[in-house]
Amino acid sequence: MLPEINSQLPILNPQPPTGEVAQVDARGLDYRELNRRVDDLLASGAGEIEIRGVHGQRYIASRIRRPVNFRIHGTPGNDLAAFSDGVRLEVFGDAQDGVGNTMNSGEIIVHGRAGDIVGMGMRGGRIFIRDEVGYRTAIHMKEYREQRPVIVIGVMGQDFLGEYMAGGVVVILNLPPRNPKSFSRPPAFIGTGIHGGKIFFRGKLEPYQTGKEVGFDCPDEKEKELLNGIIRDYSNYFSQNLDHVIPDDFLKLYPKNLRPYGRLYAY
Amino acid sequence: MKSYLPAEFIIERNEDRCIRCLACVRQCGFETHVYDAEEDSLLSKEELCVGCLRCVTICPTRALTVRTNPSEPRPNANWTREHLRDVARQAESGGVILTGSGNDKPIRSYWDHLYLNASQVTNPSIDPLREPMELRTYLGKKPDTFNPGDAKTRESECSNVRIETPLLFSAMSFGAISLQAMQSLAQAASEYGTLFNTGEGGLPSELVDYGKSAIVQCASGRFGVNWEYLNNSAIVEIKIGQGAKPGIGGHLPGEKVLAKVAETRMIPMGTDALSPAPQHDIYSIEDLSMLIYALKEATNYRKPISVKIAAVHNAAAIATGMVRAGADMIVIDGIRGGTGAAPKLIRDHVGIPIELALAAVDSRLREEGIRNWASLVAAGGFRSAADVIKAIALGADAVYLGTAALVAMGCTICQKCYTGICNWGICTNRPELAKRLNPDVAARRLENLLRAWSLEIKEILGGMGVNAIESLRGNRLQLRGVGLEEWELRVLGVKGAGE
Repeated sequence: MLPEINSQLPILNPQPPTGEVAQVDARGLDYRELNRRVDDLLASGAGEIEIRGVHGQRYIASRIRRPVNFRIHGTPGNDLAAFSDGVRLEVFGDAQDGVGNTMNSGEIIVHGRAGDIVGMGMRGGRIFIRDEVGYRTAIHMKEYREQRPVIVIGVMGQDFLGEYMAGGVVVILNLPPRNPKSFSRPPAFIGTGIHGGKIFFRGKLEPYQTGKEVGFDCPDEKEKELLNGIIRDYSNYFSQNLDHVIPDDFLKLYPKNLRPYGRLYAY
Repeated sequence: MKSYLPAEFIIERNEDRCIRCLACVRQCGFETHVYDAEEDSLLSKEELCVGCLRCVTICPTRALTVRTNPSEPRPNANWTREHLRDVARQAESGGVILTGSGNDKPIRSYWDHLYLNASQVTNPSIDPLREPMELRTYLGKKPDTFNPGDAKTRESECSNVRIETPLLFSAMSFGAISLQAMQSLAQAASEYGTLFNTGEGGLPSELVDYGKSAIVQCASGRFGVNWEYLNNSAIVEIKIGQGAKPGIGGHLPGEKVLAKVAETRMIPMGTDALSPAPQHDIYSIEDLSMLIYALKEATNYRKPISVKIAAVHNAAAIATGMVRAGADMIVIDGIRGGTGAAPKLIRDHVGIPIELALAAVDSRLREEGIRNWASLVAAGGFRSAADVIKAIALGADAVYLGTAALVAMGCTICQKCYTGICNWGICTNRPELAKRLNPDVAARRLENLLRAWSLEIKEILGGMGVNAIESLRGNRLQLRGVGLEEWELRVLGVKGAGE
């Protein structure tokens, strides 16, 4: 027999994490088994979840919508915490593509690097990536009322960072790469099609590196305060001394026009 | 710049009938009618008229007639009136020509070249007025095998959604259409036991109670997409493309992003709502699969996941990839599909007719033995129950109705949806215009349409001697082609009439 028109998902108990730390060994589990196990642990009262031996399992924490702490050891797969709402997730390793895809709130901290489209369509919450990220970071990131997403990149991103960006804040700390042999080409087309939000870039940019919709300025006092807070959080999260990183070193990239395609059409 | 554009319409006012009630002045959002109090005379700025017939319909004394402007330039089969007009508009503005609604060009309608069968002598026809006739349809993946006693089969991952008639309302987003129009669609769908589609503009808070009748879209803009939105639905649909504008995204201009639209899309008021052309997490079938399963994970495998594409040249190959990627339902939207706004060039010239795409997709999925893995929904300009029933015989599980639903609510297809002004209160968010549409009345009209078409479908089924829509689905032997070439019959998989 086929089920009737849909039924509602049971809403998980929206209590703050007070329970004990549950341990999961992800070795040999596919993502469905892993995510189901996480559901079961949360349903039985776990308040914090530590997953070890993660090898590319996708969609971790993607249907959780309450403030659960996750500690993930290994390499989580694509769409980590996609659509998530309120989780706090720390990854001890690298992350792959789609970290925080369409995320609504919460915090993701990656002690390593991340792949492409970090924070795509993200609407709220914060993502801290210690090292490099791939292409199209923060693409189409938005903001809505009090929800104002923040993405912080420790080292450098690749091309099309902030493409179509409609809100929120991206900060690129431009710290030296951990592995001095790692080479990444300077990113180009930053902020192509940007029509909202701001990007703070530490250091200098050549004209070819940004999209034509981008304007340049220095951070104002309020923004410097924001940057100070972010620098402080980054240095706490990753235990790094960032005394030499000061808000005055940042360039502010902003949308010159909130209606980039206003004159495209014949009415 | 001085415009050389002649008025598209002329307005004739019968002065004997006109009682100066000024209803026409108030009703026209394009400000075509002007009253001169000093002279007590009514003037019509005909160059502003879009031919929507609102004033003609409302005028209590039927004093108005709107006609296509009979002034013609020298006849020219190559340089049509439309070409002259478009070049002039572009010379004046330097912009892309926008339009609304579906393709208005005389594209060959294969529906009009396909004829249905009926029972005579050798098998009895059925009278649907006396005998039960089954239109109920289930959308979603069906298992490869089915053993009624097998608990495992019953609890398989094939979550299906039941609809009482194979007619769904197409994706029309809030922001493009008014809240009143969306509520009408939601109410009618919910009353009749079928589904409406939110489009990609989110589900307005007023309509959350209609979630169980909603197909919610996740498109490239990801507007209004969060956990609640995905889970308060019957089906989640990934929108890749749309028949009216294959390959391009959408721009909802900032002036249309008013408070309520901003709230529903979860973006600040007055900002352009840009839907990029591709979804930037989908550059391949493998990436599509990733989003399908991301949505399945986010909804805990309780919702069928649909993927909608425009009918393009390789639709069949793409569709098999979509099904193999895990889609439980696929939607093919043909070149006659409607839109709230699209560049006219793209609406009129990109894509292929739904009839050919549908037949090709259904055949391909059958050949590969995976037709049961996904429901197949056809969309794009269905004008009558006859079109619907022919689509089902070609292989569709259900069809999406967009333009037909709008017409049921009062739309006259004036194609000015992109202006944000709709005198019928449908495709607008100006409060003074939108309030003209009474959701209770419009929902009733929509329900009537669903009922009427369902009755007609039953009538035809009965005539064929079958009592369930299931028996017609993909049964192309019930179709014969007339006036079609060999290759067209081959693609459609139907025989010529008399064969």
